[in-house]
Amino acid sequence: MLQLNQIHKVFNEGTLDEKIALEDINLTLKPGDFVTVIGSNGAGKSTLMNMISGVLTPDVGEVFIDDRKITNLPEYKRSRLIGRVFQDPMAGTAPSMTIQENLALAYNRNRRRTLMKGVTKKLRTTFQEALETLYLGLEDRLSAKVGLLSGGERQALSLLMATFTEPKMLLLDEHTAALDPARAALITKLTGEIVERTQLTTLMVTHNMQQALDLGNRLIMMDSGRIILEVDGEDKQNLTIEALLHEFQRIKGSKMTSDRALLG
Amino acid sequence: MSSAMFGAVESGIIYAIMALGVYLSFRILDFPDLTVDGSFVTGAAIAAILIVNGTNPFFATLLAIAAGFLAGCVTGLLHTKGKINPLLAGILMMIALYSINLRIMGRSNVPLLNEESVFTKIEVFFTSTGLDALFGSMAAAIGLQNLTSTWSVLISMLVVTALIKIITDLFLRTQIGLALRATGDNKRMIRSFSANTDQLTILGLGLSNALVALAGALIAQYSSFADVGMGIGMIIIGLASVIIGEAIFGTKTIAVTTFAVVGGAIVYRIVVSLALRVDFLETGDMKLITAVIVIAALVLPQLIDGQKERIRKKKKRLQQEMKINEMKKGGEEYASTKSNSQSI
Ligand SMILES: Nc1ncnc2c1ncn2[C@@H]1O[C@H](COP(=O)(O)OP(=O)(O)OP(=O)(O)O)[C@@H](O)[C@H]1O
Ligand SMILES: [Mg+2]
Repeated sequence: MLQLNQIHKVFNEGTLDEKIALEDINLTLKPGDFVTVIGSNGAGKSTLMNMISGVLTPDVGEVFIDDRKITNLPEYKRSRLIGRVFQDPMAGTAPSMTIQENLALAYNRNRRRTLMKGVTKKLRTTFQEALETLYLGLEDRLSAKVGLLSGGERQALSLLMATFTEPKMLLLDEHTAALDPARAALITKLTGEIVERTQLTTLMVTHNMQQALDLGNRLIMMDSGRIILEVDGEDKQNLTIEALLHEFQRIKGSKMTSDRALLG
Repeated sequence: MSSAMFGAVESGIIYAIMALGVYLSFRILDFPDLTVDGSFVTGAAIAAILIVNGTNPFFATLLAIAAGFLAGCVTGLLHTKGKINPLLAGILMMIALYSINLRIMGRSNVPLLNEESVFTKIEVFFTSTGLDALFGSMAAAIGLQNLTSTWSVLISMLVVTALIKIITDLFLRTQIGLALRATGDNKRMIRSFSANTDQLTILGLGLSNALVALAGALIAQYSSFADVGMGIGMIIIGLASVIIGEAIFGTKTIAVTTFAVVGGAIVYRIVVSLALRVDFLETGDMKLITAVIVIAALVLPQLIDGQKERIRKKKKRLQQEMKINEMKKGGEEYASTKSNSQSI
């Protein structure tokens, strides 16, 4: 499904601000995999997502989707294959356009846009049915401007829009981080339901350890641009926060001792 | 209504086409496009020079539209592919067009007196079919006489501008139109829905400047000359129309807003023609008047809102005070009954 081969990315190479954001990243996702990604600030999680979505291109390494090389495919072409929800609830929708217009934009993701009417009667019914699955009453507000919705409502709409045409992949970058706990729980639940129903191959970044454990069949931990831990299948099911933190300490610790050994 | 006022309405309706173009770039694409000052003249220049050389005025006007479209596309290319800031891309294109317009015309002014124009053709059509007489008597019936020698300009331009407004509304609701609006609203989002924002920006600027050039071509034929300086300050006039229209008629939906833009363009012309009647103001003061109108349209709504807010707060404060007073009174009464009861 998705394959990342030896991805390297350095920002501002050769300057004082040089920053190695990704170092030798190898990752393969099977169809239907739901991978949660954790790691401290600056670990390179968003950079990894941007590599896949085409916002950034790797210095070294290749990106494949379904054995098709997409390393240098422009972002707008890749987004036919990849749905995204951003951390900022403002980022995923067009605020001055209505709910139905936003959904129409999402609906045309993998179609050629023409001079046909964007929102038809038939589509409106489709949109209403889709909005009902969010249980937010948005199906009755099709002609409301999205700018009037709350952050949680917008994020739910973004999630629906990102998955509307069932792309090959779903990328979620801390998409519940800006919401209050109740809304975050709601979006988390919706995410689980949608991914379950559509069997989308999903990569989800989160700082919420519990969320990372509850959702998905795989978990990866990143640190300083590297993937330092991968947990799959049954191990993932039995994983606890304590075990995860312990493991993090152990890896960091051993790295520190090896550093010390090197220096010594 | 005087014939000067009638002329203001007539030209206002033509300038409304330019204002719709400015609305496309400025509001829909969120791109402050200064190309307008140049592309307006390009439209005028192409129409004028072709007409002088005997081309059919309708065909000349069509070519003017195409030239405006191209000019807008170049600005779009400078911005998207050349990564030049929107304002700078527009300014660069504006000064480049100044020279190009001079080249097109071959001199700084091309008079069109005694030439065939779309307006002479339409007037012939109106008189020969009796439409002119019909509108004339209809106007006379509601007390409008001796305003104009022909109604053909007003009526035909009203139809053209209304058509352009309606087509713009419809276009902005198509799949491409929605993507264009999203490009101005949230580029990052629409890119994640596989829209090529560069292409859409170029298309939007092309359409915008096509309308501007059409207005230029029509104004040249309306006023019987094309001049290389006729575009100076055009962007501000366009903005003035958009801002005045939005302030007066609102922006509830796209259709309302485009109506507002057309209305704003006409109101702007009327205000200017009224201002010019004031004794100490002369034609040279036009630009200053325009600046004052735009500032007024931007600042007045704020002042009005601020005033409303102040009144609302004052009311609220009074209510609050009354409530407190009542509570105090109640308390005092309670206290007095208490002391009374004690004294007994
Ligand atoms: N465009 C950029 N230019 C320069 N440096 C960048 C750029 N984008 C990211 N970085 C740097 O790369 C590193 C990784 O950033 P990234 O955004 O991927 O972290 P993250 O894991 O998503 O962190 P967070 O949890 O805070 O979102 C950081 O040190 C960041 O400062
Ligand atoms: Mg991040």
